[in-house]
Amino acid sequence: MKNAKNNQSRRSFLKVTSLTGGGMMVGFSWFANLIPNEAIAHTQDKENWVELNGFIKITPDNQVKIFNPNPEFGTNVMTSLPMMVNEELEADWSKVIVEMGDYDTPRFKSQFTGGSRAMAMAWRPLRTAGATARLMLMQAAANEWGVSVSELTVSKGVVMHKASNRSANYGSLATAAAKLPKPEKVNLKKPSEFTLLGTAQKNKVGKEIVDGQSLFTIDYKMEGMLIAMVIHPPAFGMELKSFDATEALKMPGIKAVFDFQVYKDGYAKAGFDTRAFNKLIAVVGNSTWEVMNARKKVVAQWEPIQDTKEMVMARGGKREEIIPAGLESTESHLRQMHEMQKKPTRVARKDGDPETAFKSAKKVLERTYTAPFLAHNPMEPISCVAHITDAKAFFVAPIQIPEMIKQNIVANLDIKPEQIEMKLARMGGGFGRRAYGHYIVEAGHISKKVKAPVKLIYTREDDLTNGIYRPTYIMTYKAAIDENNNITALHVIGGGFPESPLHENRFPAGVFANYLAESWELPSNITIGAYRAPRSNFNASAEQSFLDELAETVGKDPLEFRIELLKKAKSNPVGKNNDYDADRYIGVLELLKEKSNWGAAASKNAKRGVAAYFCHASYAAHVVDVTMKNGQPVVEKVVSALDCGFVVNPEGAKNMVEGSVVDGIGNALYGELIFDKGTSQQKNLNQYRIIRHREAPKKIDVHFVQNNIDPTGLGEPPFPPVFAALANALYKATGKRLYNQPYLKELGKIKV
Amino acid sequence: MAKFQLKVNGKPMQVDVDPSTPVLWVLRDHLQLVGTKYGCGVGACGACTIHLNGRALRSCQLPISAVGTQAITTIEGIVSAGKEMHPVQKAWLELDVAQCGYCQTGQIMSAVALLKSNPNPTETEIESAMTGNICRCGTYLRIKAAIQQAAKSSNK
Ligand code: FES
Ligand code: FES
Repeated sequence: MKNAKNNQSRRSFLKVTSLTGGGMMVGFSWFANLIPNEAIAHTQDKENWVELNGFIKITPDNQVKIFNPNPEFGTNVMTSLPMMVNEELEADWSKVIVEMGDYDTPRFKSQFTGGSRAMAMAWRPLRTAGATARLMLMQAAANEWGVSVSELTVSKGVVMHKASNRSANYGSLATAAAKLPKPEKVNLKKPSEFTLLGTAQKNKVGKEIVDGQSLFTIDYKMEGMLIAMVIHPPAFGMELKSFDATEALKMPGIKAVFDFQVYKDGYAKAGFDTRAFNKLIAVVGNSTWEVMNARKKVVAQWEPIQDTKEMVMARGGKREEIIPAGLESTESHLRQMHEMQKKPTRVARKDGDPETAFKSAKKVLERTYTAPFLAHNPMEPISCVAHITDAKAFFVAPIQIPEMIKQNIVANLDIKPEQIEMKLARMGGGFGRRAYGHYIVEAGHISKKVKAPVKLIYTREDDLTNGIYRPTYIMTYKAAIDENNNITALHVIGGGFPESPLHENRFPAGVFANYLAESWELPSNITIGAYRAPRSNFNASAEQSFLDELAETVGKDPLEFRIELLKKAKSNPVGKNNDYDADRYIGVLELLKEKSNWGAAASKNAKRGVAAYFCHASYAAHVVDVTMKNGQPVVEKVVSALDCGFVVNPEGAKNMVEGSVVDGIGNALYGELIFDKGTSQQKNLNQYRIIRHREAPKKIDVHFVQNNIDPTGLGEPPFPPVFAALANALYKATGKRLYNQPYLKELGKIKV
Repeated sequence: MAKFQLKVNGKPMQVDVDPSTPVLWVLRDHLQLVGTKYGCGVGACGACTIHLNGRALRSCQLPISAVGTQAITTIEGIVSAGKEMHPVQKAWLELDVAQCGYCQTGQIMSAVALLKSNPNPTETEIESAMTGNICRCGTYLRIKAAIQQAAKSSNK
């Protein structure tokens, strides 16, 4: 570790800032502690970084550093966001150094990894930051040469005055530039003028990754740091009664065993404060293996919880929430969900007169779909480093939205906001799991108690039994069909534990004059949270499987049928709240039709299925080709079409879509977290099935609609429609419609 | 506790740990070699893959007491002297394989061992050799392509 050096750099930087004076950002961040490797150590050794704004620093000897504001969990924002800055900054991209910003949301405006929002949120501010800095550098050159900025040109970090044949690099101009007032207004380039954005760029930290450098929280080490693990109740619906640590404390390397309360009584939980258990036992020691072994020696007594009141922050203030007592099971969830589907419930949207339409229907197609709980299982297990002293609260935290955990840290660890210093380590995956930062608060409690830096680690088993999961859902679709095969009404009802998957204003809402959408939820003590395209990931599978079957019922080609419905929604939309743009939806389907050669035979005797979906502001559609080999599905090929507006980095974008396709196929076929007596039955990766190399599609072909609409995200949108595209293909391959996930289980129940 | 003399990445090293300690935790906690990752601890994910005498192996399943004089190689030790990168790492960069990156060192260790024993693997051979390495981000196609590319470049 290069702590001494960091401090030195830090001091020298402060010196420079004070020298350069007014208008400068004083906020700075060194992520150096996480990057001890020689290969990039030069970035830390540099002194005299001049900060042009919160995103850009330059050294007099011409190194340019761009900060990535958003926590990185694999969507490659470390590359795409700095690309936005550099498009306008015009430094030499091949030499630009990117660095992860610390938690400093006022400085970075937004630090938000979730909801596929990075591109949209960063699009203007980051390009503006780049343009502002470039103008200041040009102004500094203009001042020095006594010419006007309009006579200057810029290329690869060099300002040129062609008329007098003078040039200066950014490094030589930075100190003077930093003293200039920030331009009030800057003009941003039009997409047609882009030279970097829209070109395929490789991961800026690719080398550090393949070298195995210390990038992740779990890799982090500090002087005097102890390892901590927690012990939690063996089931949801249980809590700690008492424990005996005598034997554990005798184990080698063990420093402390104690129980603690994560949130204070009466603490009102905000949206991302979800945590499974409030009373935990901490085991703290010198090394991971010692703590793991001592943990087994703690003898704990557990007892069932009663119905428990908890406060939550909701729109309009605090509200009480009841956590129900009981040991829940998948079997009873399924039974209750099917019962609920038969009862009238909350109407979320109603157009026209669906009741009459159903009464006079010639034919009714009704289908019910279910899906189990899913675990995110990010590859890096949950971890957090904390060092709480009287002076400050230091964290190395893998967290998707750091700002959202602040009030929780402040309230439950008794820390002032200004004492929080948080490094945002690269995350070994997230998928929504790391939006919920309870582990940061847990690590904080433990550090406070043992008065030392600690690294809290959850084992894989911990996260699969003390985690936050995608809820279990049910959805029933019903269509009324007249004697001419016209669809006269659509009814959808959805619910789940403990939230409903329904999006009542999403396609095909807006298509049918008579439409009814109903929604319900039942309480559960199993903790749930956002999972890659929350609710949409199930909603799409039900909706798009149903549309496929509906197309068949009325004798239409499934892809043309979708386009036909969307054309109706475009020319004659029903209702005002439809949340999609029918034109762009049609656009991805048309592109998919062309690129998949729809209508032609699929490759290698495969059978094909199609599905499309809109969520998180982007449009996605897939054609999946499958064959069956020895009763097992083999995905031969997937063709994907996307409309996410302007594609910032086509290389990263393609990778993201491919990953979503693989993830979708894996979860559709295998994903399930089954509960029995309140505890999950899949406790590690030998039981929880994640898709593997040989089960991945043999080929994935990704295509983007080309347009210059402001960019939207790709982390989530390609994921939801994969499930139904696969199910629809499997129907063609096996003759059986699949209604219950995971599909492999359902396939196993039928003769193929 | 017991003292163990090890050969890690060609260098002699000594640790004083419980004999049951998995090599994974010896590397990560005691030798500061954190490129070898913890993913499951039960041999099911491959994040912890190292080489023992050149063969790929899950270090979470290997107690330190079973190592003896066998040579341990980790991701930090696969680059030959004087080279900046292993051809497999290079292919990984050229094909921009990684997403979160957490599984990739384990993937690379499995790939390096595969190419050593089978310099020209078929697609099916790659799939079965790599199937113990989970990539939760789903970068399998790029991994396969990178292995094929590395094979091609080393066979040139
Ligand atoms: S950590 Fe060893 S195989 Fe998963
Ligand atoms: S790149 Fe994230 S697990 Fe493989």
